[in-house]
Amino acid sequence: MSELRSILVEQVERLVADAGGVAPLREVEAGHFPQSLWDGLSEQGLALALVPEEAGGVGLSWGDAAALWQVLGKHGAPVPMAETMLGAALLSAAGVEVPDGVLALGEKAAPFGRHATNAVKLDGARLTLHPVEGATPGANIGREPRDDLTLGQRSAAGILPNSHGPRALRQGLALIRAAQIAGALERILALAVDWANTRRQFGRPIGKFQAVQQQLAAMAGEVAAVQVAVSNAARAVDARGLAEAGFEIGCAKVVAGEAATFGAATAHQVFAAIGITEDHELHHFTRRLWAWREEGGTDRAWAAEIGKLALARGGANLWPDLTARDA
Amino acid sequence: MRFDLPDTPPGAEALRAELRAFLAEAGRAWTPDIRARSWMGFDRDFSREVGARSWIGMTWPAAYGGHERSGLERVVVLEEMLAAGAPVGAHWIGDRQSGPLILRLGTEEQRRRILPGIARGELAFCIGLSEPDAGSDLANLRTKAERVPGGWKLNGRKIWTTFAHKSDYMIALVRTSPAPEGGSRHAGLSQFLVDLKLSGISIRPIRDLAGADSFNEVTFDDVMLGEDDLVGAEGAGWAQATSELAFERSGPDRYLSSFPALSQGLDALAANPVPGAEVSVGRMVARLSALRGMSLSVGGMLERGEDPAVEAALVKDVGNVFEQVLPEHLRGLLDPEDSPAELRALLAALTQLTPTFSLRGGTREILRGIIARDLGLR
Repeated sequence: MSELRSILVEQVERLVADAGGVAPLREVEAGHFPQSLWDGLSEQGLALALVPEEAGGVGLSWGDAAALWQVLGKHGAPVPMAETMLGAALLSAAGVEVPDGVLALGEKAAPFGRHATNAVKLDGARLTLHPVEGATPGANIGREPRDDLTLGQRSAAGILPNSHGPRALRQGLALIRAAQIAGALERILALAVDWANTRRQFGRPIGKFQAVQQQLAAMAGEVAAVQVAVSNAARAVDARGLAEAGFEIGCAKVVAGEAATFGAATAHQVFAAIGITEDHELHHFTRRLWAWREEGGTDRAWAAEIGKLALARGGANLWPDLTARDA
Repeated sequence: MRFDLPDTPPGAEALRAELRAFLAEAGRAWTPDIRARSWMGFDRDFSREVGARSWIGMTWPAAYGGHERSGLERVVVLEEMLAAGAPVGAHWIGDRQSGPLILRLGTEEQRRRILPGIARGELAFCIGLSEPDAGSDLANLRTKAERVPGGWKLNGRKIWTTFAHKSDYMIALVRTSPAPEGGSRHAGLSQFLVDLKLSGISIRPIRDLAGADSFNEVTFDDVMLGEDDLVGAEGAGWAQATSELAFERSGPDRYLSSFPALSQGLDALAANPVPGAEVSVGRMVARLSALRGMSLSVGGMLERGEDPAVEAALVKDVGNVFEQVLPEHLRGLLDPEDSPAELRALLAALTQLTPTFSLRGGTREILRGIIARDLGLR
């Protein structure tokens, strides 16, 4: 990890951790917006993190951004910063000035849409910016706002360069969710290990039982696989642009979806009854994992796409195609 | 745990092209059974060809027959060999483990005696670890070497030793002094370079469930070893043997064992489409890509001189699951009647091999124990 990246990750982690553990998650789930956390992150210039320096942004790489999204995921990501970063990156790439505040992505089930002042829509390569005029509240099973929006006339428009491609929004969101899943999985693995070392049964911590150790070790393998898949996807975007990184992003979302399923189940098994109580913090992460699997394309949808391509290319091309994508 | 993807080494593409041309030609003669066995397939002629092309001992100094390439270039060679299902068993262990051990800890005489032969693909190695009462509990081993005038006298028994009956040398881990009372059983173990032609050695092949002779019972009856057959320091055998584990557990041989079936399965599915097959195929390809990233990351860390023992255990654990379920996934998709005979034979061979994937080189339970310790559970 580069020095810049580790400093950034540390700063953001401190901000999110200082916001009070799961308190901001409960706040969001009760319908409030954790304004002070949003302001704190905004003051770091995070919203413009993926906007190039020459366009007034911070000019982070996608690798750096993915590392930040993992940190957000590790803490439940109670603010739409990742989405706003993506929206700003696309607007800037299309030559549209980035407005202040939360950016909604799309108009259906838009993450935190009710808190957004503007929404970004993509039609082919044409990107448009719209004021948000109304929101029908909705939520995913993470109880994060997913709102259907009423948008005003476009206030600005631009054309995304070929490097971004017509699926830039979906691919960007898939990478965000995969990175958040990596972070949330890292968190629930740590929680489960801590619990296994604390909870005593039959006269010893349950973590001393091989059955429990083996399950958590298997989960660690899944966490590692997602982390690597996410790094690989972010690196592909940095090397070739979003348009040409669909394969790696898809792989990341597939592995993340599978790992989310396995990891959430394993953590709940280790925590047993206490883990399914409302008072416990575990469900704030497992419900998000179940929700994030579904967003930005499910693992099933991405797997179908990857599989269709592999079948069309044929067995002899499978390995050469894979190595030809090395960065 | 930490995984950082390395940059692709310069010249990798040209190297891959060279390998693919060579393997396409050599592969004409390989039956499905050979492809399924891959690094469990032993073919001295093939290994000599690979050696002649400078693809063994790639990272070693030229003075010992090596080719002074980078570790990541070596990984390119391993990947291409395994993706093609090449029978690399006759040089695999020497290149992966025994050669690097001798290079690092052997005497100058040992290096000059052994390494050029491995690099030429002429000297085959096996690893003497397991014993009848020492499997996962390796430190329980009882084979012992006693100091005698002029060297060591070796007595005991090794078992499940892959290719002992076809190899030239064994690197054996044996006891050279009793474990200290109440102390660590890891103390008092040493590694020896054992010439398998020495008198007093009997090798009995043990037929496996697939009907093949791949592993053996090796008995040592007053075998006389020279002073210069000790590898590294007396009593340091445990640390020496375990320090190579990151190399042993993180390579593409831990997730590519079933790859030839996936490649052929795609063609069978393309010829006889099965509704929904693309989802299963996509899941396998995504896993493959993630595993390759994990394995390459460990390769990069090894290249930088780090000791990614836990990361290597993670590669092997996740990789073994993948290479074990892959044939089952294909079986779930393909109607045998619609499958070409070659693919059916490949799957039949793989099905009988898959149990070994999570046994060889450290069982799943041992690996997960290592990972659990790193997590803070033990």
